Amino acid sequence: MANLIGARIERKEDKKFLTGKGKYTADINLPKQTYAYFVRSPHARAKITKVDHSKAMKAPGVIDVFTGDCVAKDKIGGLICGWKIVSQDGKDMKCPPHPVLAKDSVNFVGDHVAVVVAETLEQAKNAAELVNVGYKIQKAVIKTEEATSFENIHEGIDNNLSFDFLLGDKGKTDEAFSKADKIVKLDIVNNRLIPNAMEPRAAIGDYNTSTDELTLYTASQNPHLDRLIMSAFNAVHPEHKFRIVAPDVGGGFGSKINVYAEDVVVAYASKKIGRPVKWVAERSESFMSDNHGRDHVTHAELAVSNDGKMIGIKVDTIANLGAYSLVLAAVTPTYLYAPLLLGIYDIPTACCTVKGVYTNTAPTDAYRGAGRPEATYVIERIVTEAAKEIGMDQAEFRKKNFINKFPHQQCLVHNIDSGDYNAHLDKAIEIADYKNFENRRSQSAKKGKLRGIGFSTYFEACGVAPSAVVMSIGAGVGLWESAEIRFNATGNVSVFTGTHSHGQSHDTTFAQIVGDKLGVAIENIDIVHGDTDKGPFGMGTYGSRSLAVGGTAIVKACDKIIAKGKKVAAKMLEGKPEDIDFKGGEFILKNSNKKKTIGEIAFACYLPGTFGDVKSPLPEGVEPGLIETSFFDPSNFSFPSGTHICEAEVDEETGETNVVKYTVVDDFGTVINPLVVEGQVYGGVAQGVGQALYENAHYDESGQLTSASYMDYTMPRADNFPQIKLDYTCTPATSNPLGAKGCGEAGTIAAPAAVMNAVIDAVGTDVSMPATAEKVWKALKKNGSKKAAA
Amino acid sequence: MAVISIEVNGKKISKEVPDNTLLSDFLRDGLALTGTHVGCDTSQCGACVVHLNGNSVKSCTTLVADCDGSKITTIEGLASNGKMHPMQEAFKKHHGLQCGFCTPGMVMSAVDLLQKNKNPSEQEIRDWLEGNICRCTGYQGIVAAVKDAASKM
Repeated sequence: MANLIGARIERKEDKKFLTGKGKYTADINLPKQTYAYFVRSPHARAKITKVDHSKAMKAPGVIDVFTGDCVAKDKIGGLICGWKIVSQDGKDMKCPPHPVLAKDSVNFVGDHVAVVVAETLEQAKNAAELVNVGYKIQKAVIKTEEATSFENIHEGIDNNLSFDFLLGDKGKTDEAFSKADKIVKLDIVNNRLIPNAMEPRAAIGDYNTSTDELTLYTASQNPHLDRLIMSAFNAVHPEHKFRIVAPDVGGGFGSKINVYAEDVVVAYASKKIGRPVKWVAERSESFMSDNHGRDHVTHAELAVSNDGKMIGIKVDTIANLGAYSLVLAAVTPTYLYAPLLLGIYDIPTACCTVKGVYTNTAPTDAYRGAGRPEATYVIERIVTEAAKEIGMDQAEFRKKNFINKFPHQQCLVHNIDSGDYNAHLDKAIEIADYKNFENRRSQSAKKGKLRGIGFSTYFEACGVAPSAVVMSIGAGVGLWESAEIRFNATGNVSVFTGTHSHGQSHDTTFAQIVGDKLGVAIENIDIVHGDTDKGPFGMGTYGSRSLAVGGTAIVKACDKIIAKGKKVAAKMLEGKPEDIDFKGGEFILKNSNKKKTIGEIAFACYLPGTFGDVKSPLPEGVEPGLIETSFFDPSNFSFPSGTHICEAEVDEETGETNVVKYTVVDDFGTVINPLVVEGQVYGGVAQGVGQALYENAHYDESGQLTSASYMDYTMPRADNFPQIKLDYTCTPATSNPLGAKGCGEAGTIAAPAAVMNAVIDAVGTDVSMPATAEKVWKALKKNGSKKAAA
Repeated sequence: MAVISIEVNGKKISKEVPDNTLLSDFLRDGLALTGTHVGCDTSQCGACVVHLNGNSVKSCTTLVADCDGSKITTIEGLASNGKMHPMQEAFKKHHGLQCGFCTPGMVMSAVDLLQKNKNPSEQEIRDWLEGNICRCTGYQGIVAAVKDAASKM
């Protein structure tokens, strides 16, 4: 069983999914279940003049209708911003009220106004048509860059400015810029994306009128956090009487972190009517009301000296928060973004400002990478432009500026513990056959294709997060993680983790860790997550934290199991605990052939008394049972890094762009299961390519979301990709005993810059994301391409 | 209302259903075969693909009334005698699934591809699967799985 760490093992969870036996929230049906359908605002901004549900109440099958007045009367709290940040003037960010059902105004298309609960979904839908909402339509602000000059959309929030954040040293950076030989400037729009987990969100509230217990089944990445928020802030139900189950969840990508209005409302409605209330989002509802991601407008400047050194960076960003501030809405474009603008370069000074603005669009929040893709895009685009402007090879320019001593305290926030940036760049250059790129460019030209190459040498801050650090900068909770290892008397093991797997393969990789540490076959290890009634409180899965933080909690719990096992083994083997070695699942008395398997020890731990000839194997003072819990709070973030090299071909006549070659070399520290890690990277790259070439959340001037279906929002599909080539380098993390850095977001963080650098290299002029055929064709035309002009 | 008689995963079923019942709802709500997933409203994502008389169809835009007298196979009917279909095995081997939500439709679609084209090229696999969206895998494991299954079927 040893050496399971690093083993390419097929997934334990696959069979249920492959045979149609997965159990997602929508698959759950409860006795006496009712159905909820939400009445949503068709307007981007309006005052509500009335909500008349009298006709709907009389419609067939309708049980009840709840409005903003109902939830206000019952003192149901609004949705929260969980991590508040402070503006440069020292004032707290401004958050507008965010009721779960709007009472006085609506602020984006899809904003929740009322809910109809009926015997069937069809009846609920039909009755929703009868809810008569009076709207006084107001002019809406949609565009990020127009928000601060528009009239206030929320009372008391001047210029629609939630915060004006500053990170860095302005004076020192201005000074560096005054000494620069060259200042490279770039304007960047980071396009708004819609996460699009394939399972639409869903929630079922189930209140038990006799026991006063409330259960909420919901597609969530963090059920314990949901319960905490819904108890403490939304006042739905006390935490000890409230169970949240996040069963199989069909992808998250950040969009299932938030407690949403629908979660609160179905739980509330179930209490009101005393029956289960089920809601499943239609895809168009997901498009409208899931949190969106990105949406930045940025001006960046990089100061460079003639000898090719980066001497300072200035970045000013406007981040569109949408209509309200969600749980991680403020931290995503500030602390998760600004410190990452330095990339993996030794830049001595930096200054970044971020204005968080409200608009009449769906609220934005974390989407895979959360701030780090936006930052990586800025630095990797501007570094590429700088190399061009000073006439250096882009790989050489990067290398010349790489951090090469560790630990390295960056000038903004992070203290990077480990890395070897030359190693992954060199390896990627080799695999990508960089030296022969110009030959491939010529060959493409013969086919009428413009070929370009793009680099992205990225890092990210993962393993969120050291609690003391994040709480000092506004986080409402610490971001430690829990694990409990429960040996059953028969020797098999249940492992409870506070993280949540919605595709991340924890059932397999966490079993590998436990199997490796305890010498138990992975078939005999069950990973349990996603139910607040089962395991200890945990923070959930996001920010590539599950392994580095949750996996480490498991390792620590394993250590406690071994420590207790040694005491029991010592008594059974008639030795001292310090003379017991543990290896490969066996407790061995030193200098003897006496040993006990961990299964025998587990069984013994459940025999505290005397039974016939059998005397208790438990030494005095040792409690019965073999269950250990551990909480791990990391000392630092972890810092994965890597190099992506993309080659893209552009059709000169149509502007159609294809990724034709893609190489990745990542340093994730210790890898538990390469099969799983590759999957994370391939999927992450696909989402990054999606942002670069295809995806765009588009609102028209009145605030209608015109990309609210898969007919209009271009998802990357199987025919959009070549085979991705993937390899690793490894410098173990020093902030956790596994040496793990995290891999879940890396692909999405690095890929947009790599792809766009390739596209821009091919086209020869700037193009914004997504580089659709139309945009590229126009850019070619502007750039004097005869074919595009034809 | 219409009375329909169909065979689902080898079992004959006769049921009265409203005329507007979608095959996906019939399978999920009527027969508790929740392996067939609904991921969109526009027949785009392919999570709901099942076989109708051996051909892959999107069950979210198929009326069950139109399926009278036909044979349906869903993801639950693909394994036989507890042994997974070679396509299911290949998806497992090549990590062709992560969250599992698109997987039933993806597998059913891929099985149909190999019925129609025993030895597809990589491009043919990618083109065929264009009607199935996966957000997790980047399709690389899926394409590898289909290639591998083709060599074994």
